[in-house]
Order: sequence, then structure tokens, then C-alpha cells
Amino acid sequence: MITRKRLAAGVCALFAALSTGLAPTAAYAADEPDDGGAKPKVELVLDVSGSMRARDIDGKSRMAAAKQAFNEVLDATPEDVELGIRTLGATYRGDDRKTGCKDTEQLYPVGPLDRRDAKTAVATLSPTGFTPIGPALLKAADDLEGGEGSRRIVLISDGEDTCQPLDPCEVAREIAAKGVNLTVDTLGLVPNTKMRAQLSCIAEATGGTYTSIRHTDELTDRVGQLVDRAADPVVNPVAVEGADRCDAAPELKPGLYSDRAGFGQHRWYRVDVAPGEELRASVSVAADRAVNNDYGVLLRAVTKHDREIVRGSEAGDGRTDVLSTGLRYPKPDDSDSDSDETEKETVCLQVSHSFSAAASGASAKGKPGLPVELAVDVVDAPDGSSDVAAFGLGRGWWLLGALVLTGFVGGLLWGWISRWRVAVWRTN
Amino acid sequence: MRTKRLWATAGLLGLTTLLGSGAAFAAPGDDDKGRTDAGTSFRTATPIDQGQKGTATASTGDYLYWSFPADAGQRPRVEATVKLPESARGTGATWRIDVYDGLRRRQACRYGMQARTAGTASSVELACTLRTVRAWSEPWANDPLPGTYYVRLTATGLRTADLGQPVTAEVKATSKDVGGAAAVDGTLGAPLVPGTRPGSDSEPEDGWSSGWWTDRWVWTGIGGVLAALAGVGGYTLTRGTGRATSAGNSPSGV
Repeated sequence: MITRKRLAAGVCALFAALSTGLAPTAAYAADEPDDGGAKPKVELVLDVSGSMRARDIDGKSRMAAAKQAFNEVLDATPEDVELGIRTLGATYRGDDRKTGCKDTEQLYPVGPLDRRDAKTAVATLSPTGFTPIGPALLKAADDLEGGEGSRRIVLISDGEDTCQPLDPCEVAREIAAKGVNLTVDTLGLVPNTKMRAQLSCIAEATGGTYTSIRHTDELTDRVGQLVDRAADPVVNPVAVEGADRCDAAPELKPGLYSDRAGFGQHRWYRVDVAPGEELRASVSVAADRAVNNDYGVLLRAVTKHDREIVRGSEAGDGRTDVLSTGLRYPKPDDSDSDSDETEKETVCLQVSHSFSAAASGASAKGKPGLPVELAVDVVDAPDGSSDVAAFGLGRGWWLLGALVLTGFVGGLLWGWISRWRVAVWRTN
Repeated sequence: MRTKRLWATAGLLGLTTLLGSGAAFAAPGDDDKGRTDAGTSFRTATPIDQGQKGTATASTGDYLYWSFPADAGQRPRVEATVKLPESARGTGATWRIDVYDGLRRRQACRYGMQARTAGTASSVELACTLRTVRAWSEPWANDPLPGTYYVRLTATGLRTADLGQPVTAEVKATSKDVGGAAAVDGTLGAPLVPGTRPGSDSEPEDGWSSGWWTDRWVWTGIGGVLAALAGVGGYTLTRGTGRATSAGNSPSGV
């Protein structure tokens, strides 16, 4: 009994070892953030402009609500998040717009969080000056420089930018295009329509979210949620620049990539696929600006000689964040050829989209291009199908009826034949 | 490959049984309280198990993403409820869910209210029933395949004034087992699981099916047995009468 159990154990262990050994290796393993250098970074950007004095959030001033929310969020910040705080409009008391629009300073540097220091710093704030959102975003992006982890700016404001012509929306798009993995989430305190439009535009430009705040607990919950989201482990894409034709295209290994594609631009990439492997590619093109209502995206896999192998396409209309499609291309295992070296095939991937800008400005000319996220994976090719049904097996009452009938007729025939043979034998 | 997977499954099954009840296997969905947040992109989609409820507090205008695994032979159904507080009602926004497969290809809903205009209601209920997940399909087809499925919940037709209002959303994915009727030949080399979430393998509770078992074996087996019985029956029918006549004839022949 025991011997048998042991034998079973040995066999199972062998199977298990085999199964892990044979399983396709995780293509993304290399991309997993390790502990060093990949800590998520968050910067809270708080508007400390004069309007924050207004007492319209639960009977308290907006500033008091923000301070209370910050205190609670600082208490609940996960350990592995590097958090910083930046203010805008906190120091300059004068009326000069030019100076006031440069008024943004780092209150608490991005790094490991000392809760007491951070809270003390927040407590000193008093509402003062202008609302230079654009410059503050630029500075915040600089604060978050470096490291491999995801970066998030949480912008809390109670008024629209007072420092035109620098459009904060364009600024957000620029910084998102410059550094990958940067998201700006915006929160509007007691917002009006113009401010909503601006803050949601900033959020949209970076794939972030916009929230209107009317109560202190809403503010606390939302900021806490956003900081927690930053701590969530994700695989960050690697920046890559696709070419305008296949010969010049960068070669991609399995992984996640980000790129930018302007209006009417094609992006080409190359992937090597060995026989017996399957290429999987999916692409999402994000609408990071106001776009016209109807749009599409096309992903094509073509050979080096320009023969289309397979394509994925998608179209849509109305409000959207991304439009995505994917394809898979299993390369058959041509084991007939005896050549030892497995010839890898170069597959060209072409990404194109048909978004068009609804608004004017630099973004309408496709600069910077729309964010493209490309996921490439190479796995074992599937077991081809030789029949519609699994193993060619049958199913259902018709099958049973047909089998019974065939069996019965076969039995009858066999019986008659043997009877006839016996009769013939007897007569002989 | 099929045989390899079969062995792998057998090995794993053996291991699991051996380790017995006190197994130190970390169940993937061991936090019972469920997830209370949703992702905001394909990359950050919050994984939920089938039957588990995903909840999230969000703002109107957010794009909320969840992901769940679905295996061959299942017909997934996604249900979502959006609860709108007073401030977010009567906006004329249309809430909708879209389901995407592991390759981020949009999947059609066979039926279910995929989009609904909120009006003055305090909650909006949405549903989407997908096609049956097949074990294999041609690369040129858009059939649902085993792997991760993404659910995206959002509102369309929003005016600027309606943006950013607090809402809560709930999502649940269930599935009906279609069984052998949907058992097609062939298996994928690996399920369509994008490796974008480190540390949490999106996998059904009892692992991906090996693609080996289908109730077609039973049907075909029973069919074979019945056919054999019918054959024997047919044979004895002729022989039986044959013997009777030969038994009747032989004495007269003597």
C-alpha cells in the first residue's frame, strides 16, 4: 500500500516537474517590477489659491477640507508608495500675474513618506494667490522623474487656470507624451462648468479620471483611492518608436510597449515567429483629446513580402477612452523539412487608426500623436483542428439512433449471411 | 500538445490529492470581501473570479475595467449595476458595458441590455451574455476563446456638467456550462491571458481545462454499446428463427 502510494507520489512529482518544465515561460516575467527602483510615485498637487478660502464644503473652508483629507490620506498611504506634495499659488501675495503664474513650490519632496513631517507641512498652508495649473503640472512631472514605477499626479483645484495662454490641457498631453506611465487625476472642488471642462480635459489627456467634490469625505475617499491605485502592481509598457515601413521597423520581443501615432500615420513593428509558435498582438489607441465621433483602428500582420496574413480591426462611435483590437497568427510547425535550424519568420505588424481631432490647436495636428499601447506575446501554436467536433466524436439522439439502426441492420445481415452459408454448406 | 497538457493536468491533480486537505496552496480568490475598486484601463483591470462581485466607487465619466477568466464550453454572462445618487440622476447619460477578450477584441453580446439610458432612475442594470467560449477557432475568426475577458463600464452621451458625479458600480460575471454541444476539436497552445498583472494569474478556480474531456465520449461510447447490442439483437433475430426452422426441418430431413 505504502509502496504504491510512494510510487504514485513519484509519478505525480515527475508529471508536475514535466508540466512546469514544458509550460511556456511567462513572457512578461522580465517586465515585473522588482522592488528596487520601481516604486510607484504619487504627487498630490494642491491648489492654494485665494478662492480656497470660500466656506462651502460642509460648512468649512475648502482649504480646511483639503487639509483634513490630506491628513487622513497621509495616514492611510501604503508603505511602498513614494509620495510628494506640491502646491500652486501658495506663496505670492501680490497682483502681478507674471510672478503669480510661476508660483508653485514643492511642499514635501517625493520619497519615502514621513507622515509627521508631511502633516506639519500641510498644516502651514494658507490660501493666497493665483492658479497656475500648467506650470505646476510641468514641475510635478519633473518631481516624479526617474525610476521605473508608475507615476501619478493627483491635482486638486477649485478654479480654472488663471495663467493663459499656456493651456494646462496641452501641458498634460505633452508631459504624458514625454514620460511614459504618467497619469494625472483631477479633482474639482465645487466646480463650475468651465472648470469641469478643463479638469476633465487634463484627466482625459493622460488617461486619468476627473471627480467633482462637494463634501470632505468624498475628497478623502477619492484621494485615498487614487493613492491606492498607484500602489497596485501593474506592468508598465516600454517606450518604443514604430517606423513608417516594415524594413525600418524596430524588432519587438514579447512584452508591452507604448508608442504615439499621429493622425493618418502608420506604425510598423517586427516580430520573429518560429514554426510551432503563435504570435499574439493586441493594440489599443487612446483618444487623449477631443475626437470626432466615428473612428476605427486596424492592426495587420503582413509578411516581409507584403502579403497580409491576418488582421484585427475595430470601429466605434461616441465617447471612448481607447479603441482596441488584436490578432493571433499561429505559424504551422513544418516538421516535414529536415533542416535542423528552425527558420524564424519575420512578421510585420502595422498599426493605424482613423481618429480625427474635433478641436483646433496643436493637438488637432496630431502632435503629440495618440497614445498607442501594443502587447506582443509569443506562445505555443495551437493543436490544429481536424474536425468540427472534439476528436471527431458524436453526440445526441440522432447519433444514438443512427448507431442503433446501423448495428441492427449489420446484425441482421450478418445473421442472414451466416444462415445462407450454413444452408449452402448443408446442401453440399 | 494535447497529450502534454493531459499529463500536466494529471500530474497537478495527483499532486493536489497527495497534498490533501492541509495543502498550502494559496487560493487565488482568498479574500472573501471582494474587490472594492476597479481598474481604469486594460492594463490595470481589477481581476475578479466568476461569481464574485466586483464593486467600485467612481465618478461619472470614468472608464471602469474588470477582468475575469472564462474557459471553453462556458457561456459567460456579465451583469452590472450602477447606483446613481441624487446628484447624478436625470443627466440623460447612457451607461454601457463592453466585453473584450484577452486580445482586447470586442466581443458581441448575444442578448442582454448592454446599454441603457439612466433617466431619473436611481440605478441602472446592464447585462451582456456572450457567445459560447470555444476551445479553438481559426485565427481569422473573432470567436470567444478561453482566457481573460475584460468588462468596461462607462457612460456615454455625457454633458460636461454631468462629469465627475459620484456613483457606485457593481459587476458580476457568471457563466452557464454549455457542455459537449460546444466541444470543438483543437486546443490553444495557451489561453488568451495577457500577462499584464504581475502576481495574480487570472485563472479559473480549478485551472484551465485540458481540452480532453467532453461528454461526447459518453454519447459516443453509449452509442457504440447500443449499436453492438442492436447488432447482437439483429443477429439473434435471424439466427433465432433460423434455428427454429432448422430444428423443425431436420427431423423431416432425417
